[in-house]
Amino acid sequence: MTVTVRFFALVRERAGAAELSLRLEPGATVTAAAEAIAQAIPTVRDLLPRAAFAVNRSYAAGDTILNDGDELAVIPPVSGG
Amino acid sequence: MAEQAGEDWVELRADALDAAAASAFVADPRGGGIAVFAGTTRAERHADGRELLALDYEAYREMAAGQMRDLAARARQRWPILKLALLHRTGRVGLAEPSVVIAVSTPHRGESFEACRFLIDTLKQEVAVWKREVWSDGSGTWVHPEPPLAQRR
Repeated sequence: MTVTVRFFALVRERAGAAELSLRLEPGATVTAAAEAIAQAIPTVRDLLPRAAFAVNRSYAAGDTILNDGDELAVIPPVSGG
Repeated sequence: MAEQAGEDWVELRADALDAAAASAFVADPRGGGIAVFAGTTRAERHADGRELLALDYEAYREMAAGQMRDLAARARQRWPILKLALLHRTGRVGLAEPSVVIAVSTPHRGESFEACRFLIDTLKQEVAVWKREVWSDGSGTWVHPEPPLAQRR
């Protein structure tokens, strides 16, 4: 299956891209996807432990199971306002 | 990208925010108080002499817009809000310009202060928006504060 990964702020800059199409085994979790992201783009690996994740625009825990076509966003600590 | 949820004005926008317009929007004959908060870019000088010129705001627009609407709904559950405006900038915000404007009208003043405070504090903890400091030497620094726990909801 394939999920669309979105990057923002410092993670986007480090990745050199705003999006990544990521192939995962069916049933993969957010945590598994994070490891796959780190392997695909080593320059963001050190930022991922502090980041949260959102699946289809809602914050999601690491054990959340992904589905084909999901949008997975890496959310570094927010600083709006 | 105005989002009208009931009587709320909730919007992420790329051009200047108008606190007076937000205050006027929430004016209501049932109200006894309007609280308006504007968060603005503060001048800073780094120890090495660099000066802050502006803040650049980036949003995960599709998520942040929904979070802001949800925040407005949560505030309405807690306080007797008559009308509410919750506005956030994207793009470059110069010194003294507002990056966020919140206006709330309620029957009594205490409720409007409390609701306004809740909205800005929770927005800063949760909403998928980021700022980057733009310095006079051409450098830029993303602001990613600790702790991230509050946003793991």
